[in-house]
Amino acid sequence: MSFPWAQEYKPQGTVSKWVDERLPLPRLVYNAVGAGYPVPRNLNYFWNFGVLAGVALMIQIVTGIVLAMHYYASVDGAFNSVEHIMRDVNAGWFLRYAHMNGASFFFIVVYIHIFRGLFYGSYKAPREMIWLLGVTIFLLMMATAFMGYVLPWGQMSFWGAQVITGFFSAIPLVGEPLRQWILGGFAPDQAALNRFFSLHFVLPFVIAGVIIMHVWALHIPGSSNPTGVSVKGEQDTVPFHPYYTAKDGFGLGIFLIFFVAVTFFAPNMLGHPDNYIPANPLSTPAHIVPEWYFLPFYAILKAFTVDFGIPFTGIILIEAKLMGVLAMFGSILLLFFLPWLDTSPVRSGHYRPLFRKFFWFGLIPCLVILTYCGAQPPYTQWVVLSQIAAAYYFAHFLIILPIVSRIERPLALPNSITEAVTGKPLQTAAA
Amino acid sequence: MSTVKNTNGVGKKPAKAPADPVAAALNADSATLDGIPVEDLRVAGDGGATPVRRRDFIHIATVSFAGVGAAAVAMPLVSQMSASADVLALASIEVDVAAIQPGQSIKTSWRKQPVFIRNLTPAEVEEANEVDVGSLRDPQTLADRTKPGKENWLITLGVCTHLGCVPLGAASGEVKGEYGGYFCPCHGSHYDTAARIRKGPAPTNLVVPEFAFISDTVVKIG
Repeated sequence: MSFPWAQEYKPQGTVSKWVDERLPLPRLVYNAVGAGYPVPRNLNYFWNFGVLAGVALMIQIVTGIVLAMHYYASVDGAFNSVEHIMRDVNAGWFLRYAHMNGASFFFIVVYIHIFRGLFYGSYKAPREMIWLLGVTIFLLMMATAFMGYVLPWGQMSFWGAQVITGFFSAIPLVGEPLRQWILGGFAPDQAALNRFFSLHFVLPFVIAGVIIMHVWALHIPGSSNPTGVSVKGEQDTVPFHPYYTAKDGFGLGIFLIFFVAVTFFAPNMLGHPDNYIPANPLSTPAHIVPEWYFLPFYAILKAFTVDFGIPFTGIILIEAKLMGVLAMFGSILLLFFLPWLDTSPVRSGHYRPLFRKFFWFGLIPCLVILTYCGAQPPYTQWVVLSQIAAAYYFAHFLIILPIVSRIERPLALPNSITEAVTGKPLQTAAA
Repeated sequence: MSTVKNTNGVGKKPAKAPADPVAAALNADSATLDGIPVEDLRVAGDGGATPVRRRDFIHIATVSFAGVGAAAVAMPLVSQMSASADVLALASIEVDVAAIQPGQSIKTSWRKQPVFIRNLTPAEVEEANEVDVGSLRDPQTLADRTKPGKENWLITLGVCTHLGCVPLGAASGEVKGEYGGYFCPCHGSHYDTAARIRKGPAPTNLVVPEFAFISDTVVKIG
């Protein structure tokens, strides 16, 4: 693990030595996020977001545990217990708003973290496993966030649960029994609410476990960097502590400023007013929208309106509903194959002129459009726009990236990270 | 492991024999395990390319037994998720439909799901019957979906077959969609006056629950 020039942990005091010989946990921390982890010297602020995501998870776990002390998972009591937290529990309003917006900020930093990886080719060899674990974390986050959103048992909670569990009923033959098994009934009710609470509580700890593997896998090759050029020697790295603890600390301060600004001054900006109406199983809100972080995927789901079959025969191979659900899950599962779809040996988008154009003028606008369309009612113009954007999304990863990787002529790479940073050719390599 | 501080220092320390006695016994040809000579454990071990040992059988049997046990334990863990007895017990309801005028409809609740009971006008019945059934996504006639002699009573679940929203059109003033039946606001599925899917992502018609008229004005659902 790590580079040969990594600084070694040297316990000073008697107690540290005693602990190190029995349970070398301080040594593990030292090697993971301390001076014992050499990191490329040229990381920019986009490399803050992994640590920020970890902090966001901690905020969610801490606020979530205390909220669970006051929350009551029952169809009659859940909504009122949330109001009780908001009105009666000491500082309850703060804890709930922090948890509510913490989820949004967790997704914001994770999305930036993912886009960092997409642009700088962080998913490429030898870091494929880090990427695969990252996509797994993303899927677990989505499941956790969905179940958490159900817990207040407002209108959006209830109908979100109805729609999302409805995805499973699209599966041929086993779909409807599977949906009833997941819900524990014919519609979202007490059984579903209780189990969602249970799973919402445990999944963050599963996420924490996968994050440990994510970081473990990261520490085998070490962090990537904006040039995408591998570390060649000691002159290319600096110890994580104090260099990146300081840089991450600064980034964390900026992150927290935004987080508390929204939590204190616009706590409901990212939510839906409908969720302050108690759940009513007999009345769907006029316009069901998921939380903002699901909108691109929701737009892909809604983009499929026509059955897929053999033309002029009337034979339907895949129903529109199943297509939408498959496409929505496929849009995420696709990311698992990304390391093998993008075959260019050049990692960083800085040195890939064609890739960079498709990234900034293709993928990013496509996702912005999908996010926007996801929030719109199902009128023709939005459906057509999301169909075009969804088609581009899949084409980007399945067609454009493999072709670009083959035909693109990358720019000249610097010989080393040090050369890229100092502008001088590499002197004698220390190692 | 914890005492080895420098991974580069391999070779400085003399290699020690493994501390685990079982591993040591298995590594040594002439060793004994629990006092039984290893040779004696072989059934057909003399010179055979793949000696089958009694111990292999014990291993497989042990792991299989544990596997069956684990599967048996998994069964209650999986089945506890299914609808419980009290949920299944909400079997049937009776509804008096006498007050529903032609063109009107009501919403009621059965098995925690909304049910639409609609008294179709003669024009709506005619509209439903005029449709070429073969052209439908889920081909059914109005007669298939109603009781003989009571074709005006359309009783369906108020659950869109796409993703389970409650379609609009049952209450007065609600949008009925392009085909005059129901319209699901979530993803834009349009149902006609027989609650058949005509446009949008839903795969099938609104579900007709099991129901029967137990008198001229009382219907039993479920």
